[in-house]
Amino acid sequence: MHLSPDDVIYWQYGFIKLNATIAFTWGLMLMLAIGSTVITRNLSTGLTRSRWQNLLEFLVTAIEKQIEEVGLSQPRKHLSFLGTIFLFIALASLCTIFPGYEPPTGSLSTTVALALCVFIAVPLFGIEEQGVREYFTSYLKPTVVMLPFNIISEFSRTLALAIRLFGNMMSGAMIVGILLTITPFIFPIVMSLLGLLTGMVQAYIFSILATVYIAAATQTRQREIHQDSGIQD
Amino acid sequence: MLIDWYTVVAQALNFLILVWLLKRLLYKPILNALDAREKRIATELADADARKAEARQERDAFKRKNEEFDRQRAALLTSAMNQATAERQQLIDNARKESDALRAQWQEALRSEHQNLSEELTRRTREEVFAIARKTLADLATTNLEEQMADAFIGRLHKLDRMEREELESEFKAASTPAIVRSTFRLPATQRAAIEDAIRDVLAIHTQVQFETAPDLVSGIELTANGRKIAWSIGQYLTSLQERVDDLLDVRPKATTKAAVPPEHHANE
Repeated sequence: MHLSPDDVIYWQYGFIKLNATIAFTWGLMLMLAIGSTVITRNLSTGLTRSRWQNLLEFLVTAIEKQIEEVGLSQPRKHLSFLGTIFLFIALASLCTIFPGYEPPTGSLSTTVALALCVFIAVPLFGIEEQGVREYFTSYLKPTVVMLPFNIISEFSRTLALAIRLFGNMMSGAMIVGILLTITPFIFPIVMSLLGLLTGMVQAYIFSILATVYIAAATQTRQREIHQDSGIQD
Repeated sequence: MLIDWYTVVAQALNFLILVWLLKRLLYKPILNALDAREKRIATELADADARKAEARQERDAFKRKNEEFDRQRAALLTSAMNQATAERQQLIDNARKESDALRAQWQEALRSEHQNLSEELTRRTREEVFAIARKTLADLATTNLEEQMADAFIGRLHKLDRMEREELESEFKAASTPAIVRSTFRLPATQRAAIEDAIRDVLAIHTQVQFETAPDLVSGIELTANGRKIAWSIGQYLTSLQERVDDLLDVRPKATTKAAVPPEHHANE
């Protein structure tokens, strides 16, 4: 019994190793890349289109709409980053229906990596939108006293992102594993279904929180622009 | 240790690679397809709007042409009706004129026929009278009609009153030309001599008498000298007879003419 797929190592050379987390991540990446390639190979621009194209179009437009609803006025600019987070986590949860599969998101290393990506992406998008000076000035608002709290908030929310996803995914897998030893028949299937639901919810929560953080980092600037245009009007 | 930093870095790299891959393989083609479809739909909508506008314009144009056609048709119809009415009126007028002309011609022909008939009647009557008179005289006496006419002329000369005789006498004396006796037929020598004697007896003058034949003189003898004339002729009797016959015929043709033209003939016109 192991808590993390990081512990399952298939191959190692020095500090370079191929564990289950990286292997399953590559598998998911392959699935996503090949699936996208196959579906988008013959895209129709007409009124009739294939079911798979319809599904992908629905997914992309739904994510785009969701990003826009949260407050980002240019959803296409952030679609690649936020959409990939959602699709990766959702697919990682969905694949738990396959026996022998362990979700990479059940590894704290993966969730920390994703959280770190968000942690780095938020100031990058903020600086791109507002400029370096403006962005870092936002840490001093409303008063300078709030600076340490703002910094702590940055780190704590990143940690919360990582731990939340890890806890939920790991717990789902762990519960199914434990229940298999106690009640091996119907109950684990129900819990597995519940785990699927939890995984989808977590994918939505993770991506929506990342969207909110990015929106919060870029919104100050947008609000000022709106105020300026409102005064001019 | 739950966090394996090597795996963290590897997963972060994997994630970034996945972002790049999906951006290239999924989002970009899908969004491009969506944009292309939206653009195509917008184009088709615009095209449909343009076609609708064109159809509306064509419909308006057609409606306008239709109204114009109706108007022209109505105008042509009115014009044709007016022309037909005018033509009809002209035809009626022509028919009326023609009818009037025919009636006048018919009346003229009737009048001419009446006149011819009247003349023919006169001629025949005269001939019949002559024939009857001649035959009667021939049957009743031994002398012929000429002798009787000469006798009647001589009787007439003798019956002249005094004033007439004097007037004739003065006229004959003043005349530079000889007295002329005209008769319808050539008078025999005995008749001539008797007439010459009667003139000498009655007028007591010795003048040269010249005898002439005048076929237009109706069965009679006349003596003229210097414009003065004394005559005896059946013509006057015939003239009175003709007047009486004309009076009789004048009444009948008028009645016939009125009866020949029915009253509804005017109404038909």
